Amino acid sequence: MATKDAPVNDPMLDPITGEQRVLAPGHTFKSVTEKIAGIVLTPHTPLDWFAGFVLAGGFVGMLLVAVTWLFLKGVGIWAITIPIAWGFAIINFVWWIGIGHAGTLISAILLLFKQQWRNSINRFAEAMTIFAVVCAGMFPLIHVGRPWLGYWLFPYPNSMNVWPQFRSPLLWDVFAVSTYATISVVFWYIGMVPDLGTLRDRSKSKVGQYIYGLAALGWRGSVRHWVRYETASLLLAGLATPLVLSVHTVISFDFAVALLPGWHTTIFPPYFVAGAVYSGFAMVITLAVPIRKFYHLEDLITIRHLDNMAKVMLTTGLIVAYGYAMEVFMSYWYSASHWEYFMMWNRMFGPMGWAYWVLITCNIALPQFMWFRYVRRSVPLMFLMSLIVNTGMWFERFVIVVTSLYRDYLPSSWGTYRATKWDYATFAGTLGLFTFLFFLFVRFLPMIPMSEIRMMLPQAKVRAEAEPLPEAGD
Amino acid sequence: MPVIEGTYGLLAEFDTPTQLVRAAEGAYAAGYRRMDCYTPYPVEEAAAAIGFHKDEVSLVCLIGGLLGVAAMFGLETWISVWAYPLNIAGRPYYSWPAFVVPAYEWTILFAGLSAAFGMLALNGLPQPYHPLFNAPNFRNGATSDKFFLCLEATDPKFELGDSRAFLERLAPLSIVEVEY
Repeated sequence: MATKDAPVNDPMLDPITGEQRVLAPGHTFKSVTEKIAGIVLTPHTPLDWFAGFVLAGGFVGMLLVAVTWLFLKGVGIWAITIPIAWGFAIINFVWWIGIGHAGTLISAILLLFKQQWRNSINRFAEAMTIFAVVCAGMFPLIHVGRPWLGYWLFPYPNSMNVWPQFRSPLLWDVFAVSTYATISVVFWYIGMVPDLGTLRDRSKSKVGQYIYGLAALGWRGSVRHWVRYETASLLLAGLATPLVLSVHTVISFDFAVALLPGWHTTIFPPYFVAGAVYSGFAMVITLAVPIRKFYHLEDLITIRHLDNMAKVMLTTGLIVAYGYAMEVFMSYWYSASHWEYFMMWNRMFGPMGWAYWVLITCNIALPQFMWFRYVRRSVPLMFLMSLIVNTGMWFERFVIVVTSLYRDYLPSSWGTYRATKWDYATFAGTLGLFTFLFFLFVRFLPMIPMSEIRMMLPQAKVRAEAEPLPEAGD
Repeated sequence: MPVIEGTYGLLAEFDTPTQLVRAAEGAYAAGYRRMDCYTPYPVEEAAAAIGFHKDEVSLVCLIGGLLGVAAMFGLETWISVWAYPLNIAGRPYYSWPAFVVPAYEWTILFAGLSAAFGMLALNGLPQPYHPLFNAPNFRNGATSDKFFLCLEATDPKFELGDSRAFLERLAPLSIVEVEY
């Protein structure tokens, strides 16, 4: 078992089961609170934080320039053209939304399944969701060409007397993504209220007390409040679960409802959802590894977390692989359609075939190394793995969008796609925006839910026998 | 609003959740009803000990969800059939299967917002001021590592001397008289 080659007295191993612990032993209510609240309340912001913040801010500046230029000149500055009218904007939209899904999965689905290991990572995974949705939501908006008329997407009484058309998946998307953004923010904030109360009570500065005090809404930890709070959390989790499944399903409808070889398949909804979770867990690892190192959170975000997340990635990766295999099967044999056959041949061996093989390498071939426990428990290797999967998932969307569009039924209308510097600047800019928001989050908000970590400590249980009482830190 | 003065209640501080639950059970058995426990994380046993079993958050959530689905489905039907009928590839104006998706999203949206804001409303939050925040040890511990039981002065059984003596028998770390 796991204990075989581990040092005999490794404190991170459970002596009974030989499993890696979720939390390092020896923590008390106080030590957990101090560790997590201390990161936020310290008057000494680490210099590295400023360095990262400024760097990310630079990319945000680039995003602002790219979007300003876009608004001045129009979408012609991007590479989108006929036949490829959906370029980077839609690829990035789907990629970002997918990344957000792991946050909801961790906070909602794993809560319903009573997976307590999620507690350490759920807050920042939810933050990741929100920031990813911010980045994602921007793309369709700036892609419509006249973003100042974006509100036409919503049904509202207007002097033009027109209303939206509810049979279109593109409109369903508006409701799916706006609901997703709203519920994610509410779930995140409600989950944070007790911790904001802790920050209010522990903050030494007047400004901190005032701001955290406002945000904490007067939370005082009454058990009556806790009971209602727990019910609301469970209900929100129960609602977010079908929501997260529906969001990527609706996004896949944007493609699947179109009568286009490469898009028009029924396998899209499940395989989009699995892909979303796959890339989202990869992003959680990409964020968790530097954070636990930088803020010394190895006690709270442990090897067990990496191991478990690797297993989820392995599973969803196999579902995605099944999706790819089924696509090939349907196009080459089952459809008996000449157009489908050509699309798949062109996707694999056409001028942009390299993208397909990048996708297969990053999403299917290399992640199989996660079958090895050594890889799952190695921090640098898992970090590398998460970058590979994120790259692979971006290429998946590239392949779906571009290689389905650029050679359609009529050879005379074939085209090609070569992204412009503005495409790259916008994409890199959203990566910067995401990182920028994340830097703000880790500095000013508790990135690990203190109340939930306290609940996981052994001394949190109410004993049936009043005596003997455990010592604190038992 | 008239200024309330006097004693809000007696606040007993404990070190562990088990001690708190025993104390709360004792107080309930002694006939106290207007009291509350304060913990840094949810302790369901303490809520049960003071006789709080049922909350209405689920009901609020259900009502919100039903409103959401009705609102969106009604809106879609009204728009597509009466307000702005469009012929989309010959499909019926009342294409209900297509309407399910936004109606589903709004069910979740309304239910989720109702659960969250309903919970806050039932809890009487936001409430920036509360007399308990006047107790120096409360702010130090209730949101980090200590467990509190507060017997409130509005309880008919509450009498400052007797109640203090009662709490002392429960061996708390401290007892503080909380002023309004």
